[in-house]
Amino acid sequence: MEAVFSNFGEYLDAFGVTLALFAVSGLASMVLGLVLATMRVGPVSVLRGAAGLYVTVFRNTPLLVIFIFMAVAAPKLGYTFRFVEDVEIAGWNVSAYFTRACIALTLYTSAFVCEGIRSGVNSVQLGQAEAARAVGMTFLQSMRHVILPQAGRAVIPPLASVQIALAKNTSVAAVFGMAEATATMRAFNNNYADQRVQIFLLFALGYIVIVEIISFGSHMLERRAKVA
Amino acid sequence: MAGSVLFDAPGPRTIARHRIYSVLSVLALAGLAALVVLKLEEKGQFEYALWEPFLTPEYIEALLVDGLLNTLLMAFGAILGAVVFGVLFGVGKLSDHPWVRWPCWLVVEFWRAVPVLLSMIFWWMLLSLGDGPLSPLQCVIIALTLYNGAVLAEAFRAGILAVPVGQVEAAYALGMRKTQVMTTIQLPQAVKIMLPVLVSQCIVALKDTSLGYAIGAPGLTYIGEQIYIEFRVNQVPTAIVLAAAYIAVNLLLTLLANWLQKRYVGEKKVLEVPMVGEAHVTQRT
Repeated sequence: MEAVFSNFGEYLDAFGVTLALFAVSGLASMVLGLVLATMRVGPVSVLRGAAGLYVTVFRNTPLLVIFIFMAVAAPKLGYTFRFVEDVEIAGWNVSAYFTRACIALTLYTSAFVCEGIRSGVNSVQLGQAEAARAVGMTFLQSMRHVILPQAGRAVIPPLASVQIALAKNTSVAAVFGMAEATATMRAFNNNYADQRVQIFLLFALGYIVIVEIISFGSHMLERRAKVA
Repeated sequence: MAGSVLFDAPGPRTIARHRIYSVLSVLALAGLAALVVLKLEEKGQFEYALWEPFLTPEYIEALLVDGLLNTLLMAFGAILGAVVFGVLFGVGKLSDHPWVRWPCWLVVEFWRAVPVLLSMIFWWMLLSLGDGPLSPLQCVIIALTLYNGAVLAEAFRAGILAVPVGQVEAAYALGMRKTQVMTTIQLPQAVKIMLPVLVSQCIVALKDTSLGYAIGAPGLTYIGEQIYIEFRVNQVPTAIVLAAAYIAVNLLLTLLANWLQKRYVGEKKVLEVPMVGEAHVTQRT
């Protein structure tokens, strides 16, 4: 126990990095996933196919292999992302590692976001759209008042699942040198080999708290969006 | 596209408009692909020397035997363990005794919420590092068994609950005991509903075996690393070959899952297991 409590600052910093990875790639994956989902359910068959190919490729590749692409293969092509280290926003700047980790996580997660949104849209019953057209609504009206509200409700649970998976997947960044929670657990273990079980449980607890917060948030959203 | 929620069957003018969009997006995608190819060409990534290991029999053998075979072994071992774990804890979560139900719930929720890599590193440090009794490969199997087992436990529980209640009532009416009802009536029918989940969990396990790389367990990714460390220059081709290998195996498993869904479950019922909370069977429309 005291391994963690006497280094509590480091413990918190580690989860800070985990949360930062999660926040940046979470937002980015939602944006990219939304774009992909729009292509995937849209009327242009070429874009449908392209988005489908993206989803198939990234969903079936292990996250670790995508990390190898970003951390090991991309520098060989001249993409090191070192330039981000010169950018400073309000006294903060990020490392090239962090950027590469976020890109890998975003590329991987957005495939799942796309599938989540698509299944949400598909869960709206056809009759709803037909009824909207039958009462004379235009495309935008039926989207605004009929389809999107129902689809929005239906996408909350799958998207929450995807984001929880992402929060856990940030741990893979540890393999390529990010000092986030999993890497820090490993470092603690090297210094306090006799307290392995306690250290593991405390780090697991950190992840469980994050997961439960996301899950609680999605339940609140679901309740607010629920009708009747 | 007829039958879409989002838009009507297009008329002639819309079809013409869509044709323009199609041409534009083909151009954009072709441009993107050309950019990638040109970049690879510019950095000399198509040179034969870089790809040679993947055409040399001994390296192909290393990739297939030491790599793919170990990867499949880990995934297979993990899924076997996970099924046992899943049945025990899934049934345990449905127990009538609170002192069985709550510990099972706790164990399942714990292993579902903990990242696989964290638990893998933990088991490795506890049981393998230094002169521990287990090999890294066995630690990978332990970590994956616990995670996938926890997911399958939830799937089993939901599958058992999805068996129509009349079946259970009929069994009790015939005078069967609780254990008999579970083993002869509920479980066999639950397995049918959750077969597709089982196969998709195989895909998850197979992908997660690559994390064994972090603790030095043999597998496809590990062999890939050995190859690019040995040759020092062919990181890009190695990454492409690795991704292709995983995608090929996973697509085969996806085909199997779809076939099982059609054959044994039908189009309508889909078992969904979210990352936290309770799984449930939904009617697909």
